[in-house]
Amino acid sequence: MSNWQPTATIDTLRLRAKLLASVRQFFEMRDVLEVDVPVLSDTGVTDLHIDCLQTLVSGEVRYLQSSPEYFMKRLLASGSGPIYYLGRAFRDGENGCRHNPEFTMLEWYQTGWDEHQLMREVAALLSELGISAQPQRLAYGELFKRVTGLNPHTVDLADLQEMASSLSGNDFSNEGRSTCLDLIFSLSVEPCLSDGMVFVYDYPACQAALARLDKDQQGHLIARRFEVFLNRVELANGYYELVDPVEQQSRFDADLALRHAAGKPAAPVDKELLAAMEAGLPACSGVALGIDRLLMQLLGATDIAAVMPFGAVGTSCG
Amino acid sequence: MANYSTNEFRSGLKVMLDGDPCSIVENEFVKPGKGQAFNRVRLRNLKTGRVWERTFKSGESLEGADVMDCDMQYLYTDGEHWHFMEPDTFEQHQADEKVVGETAKWLREQDTVVVTLYNGAPLAVAAPNHVELEIVDTDPGLKGDTAQGGTKPATLSTGAVVKVPLFLNIGEIIKVDTRTGEYLSRA
Repeated sequence: MSNWQPTATIDTLRLRAKLLASVRQFFEMRDVLEVDVPVLSDTGVTDLHIDCLQTLVSGEVRYLQSSPEYFMKRLLASGSGPIYYLGRAFRDGENGCRHNPEFTMLEWYQTGWDEHQLMREVAALLSELGISAQPQRLAYGELFKRVTGLNPHTVDLADLQEMASSLSGNDFSNEGRSTCLDLIFSLSVEPCLSDGMVFVYDYPACQAALARLDKDQQGHLIARRFEVFLNRVELANGYYELVDPVEQQSRFDADLALRHAAGKPAAPVDKELLAAMEAGLPACSGVALGIDRLLMQLLGATDIAAVMPFGAVGTSCG
Repeated sequence: MANYSTNEFRSGLKVMLDGDPCSIVENEFVKPGKGQAFNRVRLRNLKTGRVWERTFKSGESLEGADVMDCDMQYLYTDGEHWHFMEPDTFEQHQADEKVVGETAKWLREQDTVVVTLYNGAPLAVAAPNHVELEIVDTDPGLKGDTAQGGTKPATLSTGAVVKVPLFLNIGEIIKVDTRTGEYLSRA
C-alpha cells in the first residue's frame, strides 16, 4: 500500500503554522516589508556547491531558486528598504536528516546595517520564537584555533590537507583550502560548539560567497559573513553584503571557473543582478534562516521530514 | 561490479574499500550551507568485522562488492574445514577456521545457517540467533533448586560451554542465544 500519510503530525503542523505567523508578526512590528519574489527564474546561481533544480516553462529552461537573494537585491536597489521573504527554496542533491530538496527559507535584509547589527536582530527573532538561550559570539578564527590549534587564515594548505585527510580517513591532499576548512569545521569544530545560540563571524576570505572582504583586528583578510548555530546545528547564514558590481562580476567568473574545473555545468550569470548593483545596491546586511531546522530544534525532532507536511520521497535519514 | 555514488549509499549496501568488502552501516549527509557537501559513512569491514568511519565528498563513488548472504545447510566438519550446502542447487562450499571463527561452536549438523559469499567463496558464517542443543556434560542436577540463582558450566553437543541453572542434567535440550552465549530456557 502506498504511504499517503503526512510525514509530520497534525499537531506539529499547527505549531509550524503558528511559527510562520509569529515570524510575520515580528517583521510587521519592525516595518520590514514581506516580498514574495518568484521561485522561477531564467538564471540559477554560479555557486560551486549549490545545484539548482531546472524545469521547462513553455519549452524554456527555468531555474527554481536556491534562495530569493538576487530578486531581493533588485528590490533593494529599487528603493524597497528593509524586506523579508518567507517561502520555498530549492536545492538539488540535498537529502538527509537536516536536508530536503525543497525547504522553507526566511531571508531578510536591513539597509544601512552591518552584520553585527543584523546578528542582534537574529537573536531577537529567535528569542521571540521561543529560543531562550543567551547568544554566544565567536570569531571563526578564534573558534577554529581553539579546537584545532590552527589559525585558519594563515595556516599552510598542506597542514589543512593533512588534518582533513586524518579526520576523514580519505585522501584530501589534492583538495583546496575551502573544502578542507569545510571538512574540519563540520567534523571537528561544530561538535564542540556549546548548546543554544552561537554566532560565528569573520569567516575565512576564501569562503566569502557574497559577503564583503575586510581586515580583522589582527590584520587577517576575512569575509564579513556570519553563521548562526543552534545546539550545534547550522541555522542561518548572513553577510554584510557585497555591493560592488565589478567585484561581484569577478566572483561570478571565479565561481564559473571552479564549476568548470569540477566538471559541473556552467550556470548563466544573473545579468539583472549585476545591472541592479550597477544602478546602486544600498549598503545592507542580509541573512537566510532555515525555518524547518528551527522547528526541528524547537520540537527536538531529528528528521526534517517530521516537521514538514510531506518530506521528500527517497530522503535518506539514518 | 557497478559503482555506487554517495547518494546511493544505503544501510546494508556492500562496497569495496581499501580492497576489502564492506557493508554500509550508516550514511549521514553533512553540508555547510555555502560549502562542500560530505557523506559521513560508517562501514563494517566484512573480513575483520571492524567498523570504519570515513567521510567522502558527496558524489564520490565506491565499487560495489560481490557479496551475498545465502541460507545454507551445515553438513559436517573434517577438522580443518566446515562444509555447507545450498539447499536448492546442492552446491557445496567449504570454509576454514578463519571464516567460521567463533560460530563453529554453535554449528549442529543439518541446521540452516547464513553463509556470506564474497566473489563466490565463504567470507563469514552466522549461526541462527537462537539454537537448541543437548547438554552432553555437566555436574549432576540439584533437585528442587529451580528458584535459586546459581549456575554451573555445561558442555553442549557442539562443544560450546555455557552457564546453565543448577537444576539441569545431561541429556536435556536447552535454548541458547548465540549472540551472547547465554542460556535462555529449556527447549
